[in-house]
Amino acid sequence: MADAPSGRSLVVDAVTHRYPSGALAVENINLDIKGGEIIALLGPSGCGKTTLLRIIAGFIAQTQGRIIIGDDIVDALPPNKRAVGIVFQNYALFPHLSISENVAYGLAARGIDRATRQHEAQRLLELVQLPSMAERLPRQLSGGQQQRVALARALAIKPSILLLDEPFAALDKNLRLDMQIEVKRLQRVSGITTLIVTHDQEEALSMADRVAVLSHGKLEQFGTPSDVYDRPQTLFVNTFVGSTNRMPGIVVSADRTAAKVRLDAGAEIIARPAAGALAEGGRVTVCIRPEHLQFVGDETGFAGVVGMSLPLGATVVHEVTTADGSGVKVSQARIGETRALENGAAVRLAPLAPSLANAFPATL
Amino acid sequence: MGAAPASRDVTSYGMGLAAPLALFFLLFFVAPLLQLLWLSLHNDTAGLHWGLGQYLHFLTDPFSLGVLGSTLLLGAEVTAVCLVLGFPIAWLYQRVGPKLQTIIIMVVLLPLLTSVVVRTFAWIVILGRQGIINATLQSLGIIDTPLKLLYTQFGVVIALAQVQMPLMTLPLITVLGRIDPNLDDASCSLGAGSWRTFFRIVLPLSLPGVIAGCTLTYAAAITAFITQSLVGGGQMLFMPMYLYQQASTLQNWPFAAAISIIFLLAVLAVVSVFTTLGRLSRGYGGA
Repeated sequence: MADAPSGRSLVVDAVTHRYPSGALAVENINLDIKGGEIIALLGPSGCGKTTLLRIIAGFIAQTQGRIIIGDDIVDALPPNKRAVGIVFQNYALFPHLSISENVAYGLAARGIDRATRQHEAQRLLELVQLPSMAERLPRQLSGGQQQRVALARALAIKPSILLLDEPFAALDKNLRLDMQIEVKRLQRVSGITTLIVTHDQEEALSMADRVAVLSHGKLEQFGTPSDVYDRPQTLFVNTFVGSTNRMPGIVVSADRTAAKVRLDAGAEIIARPAAGALAEGGRVTVCIRPEHLQFVGDETGFAGVVGMSLPLGATVVHEVTTADGSGVKVSQARIGETRALENGAAVRLAPLAPSLANAFPATL
Repeated sequence: MGAAPASRDVTSYGMGLAAPLALFFLLFFVAPLLQLLWLSLHNDTAGLHWGLGQYLHFLTDPFSLGVLGSTLLLGAEVTAVCLVLGFPIAWLYQRVGPKLQTIIIMVVLLPLLTSVVVRTFAWIVILGRQGIINATLQSLGIIDTPLKLLYTQFGVVIALAQVQMPLMTLPLITVLGRIDPNLDDASCSLGAGSWRTFFRIVLPLSLPGVIAGCTLTYAAAITAFITQSLVGGGQMLFMPMYLYQQASTLQNWPFAAAISIIFLLAVLAVVSVFTTLGRLSRGYGGA
């Protein structure tokens, strides 16, 4: 093992994996991850993110491509030689071993003597704030505690990469936030390159330095959380990350940075060509997030009729039916006393700014 | 759990449901057993003189003790063979696709679907002087004279192991299926090789199944009258046959009864060792 196992870089180089049946699990995935980064693999279930995690861990041998950790191509190494720590979704603690034996398990496998093991296990349990649980069995611990133990166990082997498979999915909402903060703290302290597999976009956006969005085995976008949220490169990313209104329309005129689109709902708006240049006269889907729509008093924008208003606390969401019969959601920040909109009130809507409306070529 | 004391727990049923079976057991199991015990406490075949003579006879007779010892040893050997051969099958079962699983379970269950007599005769055909094994080895020129396989301890162990294999494999399949497959991956990702994973994780977690399988196999193997007698032949004497001879041929009912009681206690002792081990390993449960 290298002298500094922590914070090594991870390169996923053109990795493709086919199931024995011939179906593609992941296709041509390229990720260049710097040492010490937190990366989220985000996608709906079945998008290939868990397969990719298992390829990196060495449980699955990919059909094509390479996995490079630090300067080493690890494809030929079995999982127990890769020094990759994993926290499983169900934690996978060994139920018959005490907490401290669980944490020390990887050290024992490395032939480290008992005294050092115990000392190290105790140090890690202190790191995850469970120093008094050493002698208990996993089932005597709560879900959040079990997860801390799973983290301590993975960190004990001083892994060069830490993989977290849906680590917070089994926790209730309040605990989840605590554990997310905890994991981020531990990651900052240890500086370990970390990969989180998740289907929860909030988790991905809040925890990761960069987010890789996957869909149907393909990498849709790999960028910072604000890139992914504000400048989505594909229609899938735009609709999967955050909520959005999809409004069909036709390109009136377009250049590289702006396109004038006539929406089926009426009105012409300026949108950002998110996936490269758009052909004039082509059908497009314009995505505008509910919080990026505003009610306008003049004749700009498109007309609609308010259906329902849902006060959600900090925001109020209005459901508006447009002229072409489709519905859009408008989210209004609740500043002072928000004007209540009557059911059936006629309104006009427009995007806050052209850069906040993303136009994608319409898929058939 | 923890039902409110005031309300009746809807999941508790009256013991009355067990009454028919209890009555059946009382009539056809407990009563004969008491009769057996009563019979064994008589010194003469007519059953007129009370005493512990039959037990003293058994426990001071080297021949009888030898039969008991070889029977218990036979059980241990069969159990060991079943465990060593059955574990890999059960392990494999949990790691193959559904199609192969069906085939494995069929192969495991098949012995249960044929009569013990038929299975045992098959072994006689296989192990005999002119049997399949000897014929094959001779035609290949590996041996000149037939090996003595039938009527040997080896032959009895092999035949019994095959006959009792499902009793070992099925509990093992069940318990291995309950082990979270992620534990394997977790162990591996922590740097453990396959053998460490097996001895530190898989084996300890499958102990309840190992013990259940061993108990069943052991109890079945030492009481397997037909297989023991047919494959063992006249030269090999085990407790069930010894018992049968004393009762049927020699009409020595009190001694046969005493043998039964001693055999029963010996088996109970071994089984209780297994169950004690099982209770100790229960701490591992709930994987």
